[in-house]
Amino acid sequence: MPQPTPKIPTLGAIDCDVHVSVPSVGALMPYLDDYWADQFRMRGIDRLDFSLTAYPPNAPLSGRPDWRPKQGAPGTDREMLSRHLDRFGLRAAIAQCLHGSMALHTEDMAAAFCRAINDWMRAEWLDKEPRLFGAITVPMQSPELAAEEIERCAADQRFVQVLLPAATDMPLGRRWYWPIYKAAERHGLPIGIHAGGLFRHAPTATGWPSFIIEDYAAQSQLFDSQLLSLITEGVFTKFPDLKVVLLESGITWLPPFMWRTNKIWRGLRPDVPWVTQAPPDIVRERVRLTLQPFDAPEDPVKVRATLDHIGGDGMLLFSTDFPHWHFDGDDALPFGLPPEILPGLLSGNALATYPRLAAALQETVA
Amino acid sequence: MSQTVLEALGSQQQKVGIVDCDIHPNFRSPADLAPFMATRWQQHWREYGSHLRQGLSSTLAHPRMTPGVARADSWPPNGGPPGSDLEFMRTQHLDAYGIEHGMLMCLRPGGCDERNLDFGAALCRATNDWQVEAWVRKEPRLSAGITMPQEDAAAAVAEIERCAPDSAFRVINMPPRMLEPAGRRKYWPIYEAAVAAGLPIGIHISGVPGHPSTGAGWPSFYFQEHHANAQSMQAVVTSLIMEGVLEAFPTLRFVLIECGFAWAPSLGWRLDKLWHRMRNEVPQVKRPPSEYIRERFWYTTQPIEETEDPGHLREIIDWIGWDRLLFSTDYPHWDFDDPNYTFRIQLTEAERRGVFRDNARKVFGL
Repeated sequence: MPQPTPKIPTLGAIDCDVHVSVPSVGALMPYLDDYWADQFRMRGIDRLDFSLTAYPPNAPLSGRPDWRPKQGAPGTDREMLSRHLDRFGLRAAIAQCLHGSMALHTEDMAAAFCRAINDWMRAEWLDKEPRLFGAITVPMQSPELAAEEIERCAADQRFVQVLLPAATDMPLGRRWYWPIYKAAERHGLPIGIHAGGLFRHAPTATGWPSFIIEDYAAQSQLFDSQLLSLITEGVFTKFPDLKVVLLESGITWLPPFMWRTNKIWRGLRPDVPWVTQAPPDIVRERVRLTLQPFDAPEDPVKVRATLDHIGGDGMLLFSTDFPHWHFDGDDALPFGLPPEILPGLLSGNALATYPRLAAALQETVA
Repeated sequence: MSQTVLEALGSQQQKVGIVDCDIHPNFRSPADLAPFMATRWQQHWREYGSHLRQGLSSTLAHPRMTPGVARADSWPPNGGPPGSDLEFMRTQHLDAYGIEHGMLMCLRPGGCDERNLDFGAALCRATNDWQVEAWVRKEPRLSAGITMPQEDAAAAVAEIERCAPDSAFRVINMPPRMLEPAGRRKYWPIYEAAVAAGLPIGIHISGVPGHPSTGAGWPSFYFQEHHANAQSMQAVVTSLIMEGVLEAFPTLRFVLIECGFAWAPSLGWRLDKLWHRMRNEVPQVKRPPSEYIRERFWYTTQPIEETEDPGHLREIIDWIGWDRLLFSTDYPHWDFDDPNYTFRIQLTEAERRGVFRDNARKVFGL
């Protein structure tokens, strides 16, 4: 195994966004109960392709050329992920599994998929790579079943957050989804909202764009809408210990979001009387963003200005977004980041955000 | 912390004449438009009303916070709704603030949203003729925008060709929220007609296309609906670039109205990064997207971005370009910007002249 050299700038960092992929539905068969295993075989579901519209497996963004296994889709090779952790000197990483079953309409089948995916992640990844922690995949189709799945998985402390997609049926703040937040808060699990999703309706307010590049560009606007939904519906008030992590959301949209919502809040407070704190203050206290894709230009002045506009020192969590392709070589840290933010960015902020991760790493140290 | 420093700078009395790029005229009742409609369509309007892609035929689904979306003091003595009395508009607005020129943005009756295309075209025609007769001919300080039924490109082009020779019209109006993103080819005949007429396209927030007003789904509150205007405009800009409209029509200019502007640098950075990664998906885009944004888009100022640190606003405008901003008040709507208090930063004389007058003169050919 190649040893990390002490010069690696990310040595000891916590990578808050890496992806593992289910190679085929067949790989989940051992984790299904008899009824669902029978259903999957009988209906040929075990041979269906569950690729997501948001991430075509062969598109450049979906897999960096040197992070693509020789066989299978990006994110299916465990040894490659371990080599990634070695190369960047990473102390820990949080794995998200974005699976196509999130787009199903039937809540029971979706729940069966999620149970299988979470058990598969434990057996195939967490048991075999001790630096890896997981996000709980839940059936958004039914918040009650999602809460049950959180309860079932939470006993395993290696699950450190709950994963939700950015493109949903309804905005995530809606009370319909609150059972999920209740369960997550109870178990000290932040809600991680990740780019991509269901495509139940057009991903922009002006209809269906033609190109993948537009869908991906629209993700920042989706995060913007989801964040405001969580704020206006009062999720942060109702669940005072809940934290939200925006995964692969981009960074630079946040200051305009804070300015605009702050102004509108002043004008329209009676519309949402339970929101008693200014939106930027809520965001700085309760919301974190992963680093990649870092969408500021390679200009230290603009990078510094953007970080000043965001304010709040602890907002960013280091991520490589492995195996997605946002940077080349070892340049996981964007050009122009001020050195003084690195200790927090690389691990301190993540430890403060993920209590389960902090506890586990504390044990490792001791 | 976020609520402080609203009016630290106090009033900055305008010494230069002002061009107000967003004034909303209104009609008292359909009877005002009747003289400009065939009997058949007057009857249709009376019997069937508006037929839109939403559950309410004539009320927006997110009730606003003030009657008529208007300033409480803007209800005119003629008994009609705010914006329906020219004499009152002169006294309260044009004369009071030294508005040397005002651009009318006529949002009602919204023929562009009608599902019955012929009825929509009839409403647009009537709206255009009424704007000229009831406003521009009577008040030389005002100019109009051409409303057109954009979902029927042939009818839209016919309306542009009918109106454009009249110098009362200085812009062609489109809603950002249409059935399809603005770059899609069904709308290209409109752009061709705009180039032929030498008029910019003015995109003022509005539109009832049936798509949820955020990519995340339907919001619950007016707060969110109002905020989402900035996102829908980003989707419009993205589409116009990625579909190749700006390459195909190199002289076409776009004025984005009432959607904020602080998001523009961030959107450009994000699109540039994605373009470098996936430009083979959109070979029609020849240059980094931010270059098109810098050259082809203008923004009205209201509702002015209120950065927490006023100095940050200057940084944002420096990145966008001081030649891109067009002052607007949104009279008589509730979130009106008073020209004496719009900016919380000190503008140089050159910046002031550009933003408050000269940029608009240039883009609208006033």
